[in-house]
Amino acid sequence: MSITLGHYLTLGAILFALSVTGIFLNRKNLIVLLMAIELMLLAVNMNFVAFSHYLGDLNGQIFVFFILTVAAAESAIGLAILVQLFRNKSSINVDELNTLKG
Amino acid sequence: MMDVQSALFYVFSATMLFAAFRVITARNPVHAALYLVLAFFQASGIWMLLRAEFLSIALVLVYVGAVMVLFLFVVMMLDINIDSIRQGFWKHFPLAATMGAVIALELAAVLLGGFRISEPQMHAAPSIAVPAAVVASMPVDVASAAVGAASAPDVGHVVVAQASNTKELGVLLYTEYLYPVQIAALILLVALIAAIALTLRARKDSKYQNPADQVRVKARDRVALVKMEAVKPPFAPAAEEEKSA
Repeated sequence: MSITLGHYLTLGAILFALSVTGIFLNRKNLIVLLMAIELMLLAVNMNFVAFSHYLGDLNGQIFVFFILTVAAAESAIGLAILVQLFRNKSSINVDELNTLKG
Repeated sequence: MMDVQSALFYVFSATMLFAAFRVITARNPVHAALYLVLAFFQASGIWMLLRAEFLSIALVLVYVGAVMVLFLFVVMMLDINIDSIRQGFWKHFPLAATMGAVIALELAAVLLGGFRISEPQMHAAPSIAVPAAVVASMPVDVASAAVGAASAPDVGHVVVAQASNTKELGVLLYTEYLYPVQIAALILLVALIAAIALTLRARKDSKYQNPADQVRVKARDRVALVKMEAVKPPFAPAAEEEKSA
């Protein structure tokens, strides 16, 4: 049995579900939350690359390129915010982010 | 009997899913970051199977080389109290596991049944099949290579470009997607400045020079001329006193 497009899409779906689970589990740990977001982006990129290969269209890979760019920027700023949070609160617990009373 | 590509796909997928599972359940954030590196490596292998060589290498270089090292730096720099962070982990576990399983099963049922597209027709040259619309937008040399391949007798309706994946991506990136590339560069610049601006802080106890003040200083601020009378010090030779005594 050869690998079809559905196999790759299912792999991406399982990866996405795992990272959603991770966001639910690590509600307090900001750094693992960021890692789960990275995994989500990886799952999306997997779908893009699989579609690009099976449909023979390179534009999907271009889009992955841009997603990688935005993800790198996002994680850099996220980690900068994390460092500032740790300086101010001496912890990275999400529950302590209640200063704005939102 | 499975061929090599299928076996590799299953090996990479299983390792990647295990690594992802460990990322979200690892007790130590350093271990989570290292498992994330493993997951990215497996994803890179899978993309190599999909013949996306450039993105596969870029994933390793950009993500494992830069972003994950940044993660590791931050994790190791912060003194995290693991016990307080793990509080409530197992309380949420049943709900989270149920939701994850439901999402995965539903998506798998739809995707496995609905996308039974098998591998595109591959010819002697291992390259990505390019539709005619993409070929039309290419510069002359690549397009002529693609058309030359199309005119070969053994090629069907799929046009095969003879360029490598990286070359095709580069051509597309710098012709059709030129402005998006510029915007991506701008996004990276903004992120760079924002990250520096967020983490920059001036310590109160640090000693530093202010060049503006140094330039603006005048001579009269530095040297104070005090008018006072010239007084002759009283001369009392000690040697003569000793002689007289």
